[in-house]
Amino acid sequence: MYTFNLTDEQRMLTDMVRRYAERTLRPGAREAEESHQIPPETIRQGWELGLLPASLPEAYGGFGDYSLLNGALIIEELSCGDLAATMALLAPNLVATPLLLSGTEQQKQQWLPRFCDETMPNVAAAFLEPVLLFDPEHLKTSATPDGDAYVLNGEKSFVIAAPQAEDFLIYAHDTGSDSTQAFLVPASTPGLQVGEREKWMGLNALATYRLSLEAVRVPASARVGHEKGLHLQSVLNSSRIALGAAGVGVARGAYIYAREYAKEREAFGEPIAHRQTIAFMLADMAIEIDAARLMVWEAAWKLDQGQNATHDAYLAARYAAGMALKVTDGAVQVLGGHGYIREHPVELWLRNASGLATLLGTMSV
Amino acid sequence: MPISFEMPESVKNQSQLTQMVAEQVMRPSARYYDEHEHERPTTFIEFIWPFMKGMEAANLKQSLKRAQKEDTPASKGDAKKQSSFQVGMIHLIENLSWGDAGIYLCIPGSALAGAAIHAVGTSQQKERFLNRFAHGGPKWGAMAMTEPQAGSDTSAIRTTAKLDPETNEWILNGEKIFVTSGSLALAESDGLVVVWATLDPKLGRAGMRPFVVEPNTPGVSITKKEHKLGIRASDTVSIVFEDARIPYDNILGSPELKQVAQKGGKGFKGAMKTFDSSRPWVAASALGVGRAALAFTRERLADEGIAVPEAAPYHRLSAIQNDLLEMEANLKGAWLLTIRAAALMDAGESNSLEASMCKVKAGKAVTLITQKCVELLGPLGYSRELLVEKWMRDAKINDIFEGTGQINTLIVARRILGYSRRELK
Repeated sequence: MYTFNLTDEQRMLTDMVRRYAERTLRPGAREAEESHQIPPETIRQGWELGLLPASLPEAYGGFGDYSLLNGALIIEELSCGDLAATMALLAPNLVATPLLLSGTEQQKQQWLPRFCDETMPNVAAAFLEPVLLFDPEHLKTSATPDGDAYVLNGEKSFVIAAPQAEDFLIYAHDTGSDSTQAFLVPASTPGLQVGEREKWMGLNALATYRLSLEAVRVPASARVGHEKGLHLQSVLNSSRIALGAAGVGVARGAYIYAREYAKEREAFGEPIAHRQTIAFMLADMAIEIDAARLMVWEAAWKLDQGQNATHDAYLAARYAAGMALKVTDGAVQVLGGHGYIREHPVELWLRNASGLATLLGTMSV
Repeated sequence: MPISFEMPESVKNQSQLTQMVAEQVMRPSARYYDEHEHERPTTFIEFIWPFMKGMEAANLKQSLKRAQKEDTPASKGDAKKQSSFQVGMIHLIENLSWGDAGIYLCIPGSALAGAAIHAVGTSQQKERFLNRFAHGGPKWGAMAMTEPQAGSDTSAIRTTAKLDPETNEWILNGEKIFVTSGSLALAESDGLVVVWATLDPKLGRAGMRPFVVEPNTPGVSITKKEHKLGIRASDTVSIVFEDARIPYDNILGSPELKQVAQKGGKGFKGAMKTFDSSRPWVAASALGVGRAALAFTRERLADEGIAVPEAAPYHRLSAIQNDLLEMEANLKGAWLLTIRAAALMDAGESNSLEASMCKVKAGKAVTLITQKCVELLGPLGYSRELLVEKWMRDAKINDIFEGTGQINTLIVARRILGYSRRELK
């Protein structure tokens, strides 16, 4: 049967996350963007919601089940509040998820309980690279087998909170198996250097850094999944769902804001929402957001059911990212000159939406 | 019930039949009926009728049961039995339209007339008018709303219904155009047409009522068969009413609604309610055509060595691959919106907004897809040797009938803004 209603549990979960997003993320977003930092209190409060432990199995210290659909519901609510803070809050997921999906039993026992602590673990994933044409299946960072070790070389980008990280999860092209693999690397490993804080068009509240690797040596056991290795498509699929849900969340926020503005703002004697061009823009936004959300949900549901839904997830991520850009652009347009000023949030949402498509998009699509 | 995209078992079973009919009965004759406009696809009709009869019977039974439950006070608390009629219809229509959209529109059954009778009719009327569709040979239901001067603005219809108190009959006068299956319903079977007429033109929407007109009614004549851009197999006619008399009880609805009064626009609301099911049906038909065009194009391109990757970074995609992915995503988004609209109705929940949303999206998606597919297939795409050009012509109507894309966008806009026509024209 086709049903689209949340369970009571899901409703409680999304209500809780929405409250946090509305009361904490949204109000603080402009200041965080301008000052290039997120108040630690915001992150602490978010961590205390227990979202990551709620998605990890009890065997590893969590109290829930891994569900991409639940993840999509949560990420939509958070992103509707603020995307930069969402990504800061979800940074540990970028390490926990590949371990959960592909780690050896020993790796899972060793690492996953850290994600169920009272305080956020200081770990960071390094996937993206500062190149023009990024391809997750053909990374420039290399991992060359050398006896019972690997030697890593390359340059990483978009590493969230790198200076604070005690451990990194670094994705590299394993020259031995000619495939993308992930490696657990302590921050103290020689050859690993945290670089400059990066400057982006948007998402400036999110602290991301370059990470350079010069002959970084790690034991073979540092490879996620050890001999079996990484199931890349599973990891990418979880990114795709996250990206899709984030696109829906950002777009929803922009659409609602533009809609309410249009009902108040007057021109030629009436609210501009009384004009078809504006009203029709808003109607199309509503339709596109719903369509994208259903695509994300379907892909997530299929993956949770154990179906091969890589193509569905890919399509949903592409569509939602493009949709988010269009909707946020439309929101700026509806607000006109006022939309262009860094006071109303719509111009920030446009900049952030572009980041979704380009940063996250290049990683997962 | 948690979120689920599980296809109901009944639909899985039905899909086997409809796919087979589409492939083996409809496709092979698609070009023939496109070039022989107004000939009847009898093989298809005879093949699908037993199945449609079964669906009509089941739906009527379900509808009567539901109405009964709503009437008894004790049952107010009962959970409505989950129907899957609308979801089933969506799949059926999509599959058959993949076969041929024009031939699909010749499908026997109560169709839009049934939608109106289910939406507004009393239980007695449902039995009286809909029983016929569960028995005997193929028959058609049709809806007559549009007039030469009134399309999107349904409140501007001028067909009148005047009550003759002496004979207790309604007298209909006027002209309806673009009636799908009008001839099939009135002249070629023991079907019926639901005709929207006004009790008083000065009342605008408030005066509109639905009337059931049956075959062999004196004063009713089919005056024109249309020649169309696409869906040429579909029967599209004009019907003229000249002092046509119909029984008093052929006005649909409960006694209050029948009053010749200024009492509100319930009649119009009844029309609106039928759209809650018919709009997703049209969206489904559009998406069947879209799927046909996209699948065909993908296959032809695959023959030329152009395949769509499961997932790939943007810079590794050729322009054509990107186009294919874009079309596929639009088709899927529109499809899920359509399923949602149907599922809400099956669950007994309000779905007007969602029905309009899916119609808008499907209309846009199928226009994009079919026009692009012709383009992508080069000169052959334009040729009448292939069906692709026909699918583009067939697709276009879906953004027009059952409410244009613009009207449906207007409906969505008013709903999301909380506006009436006072604020948003």
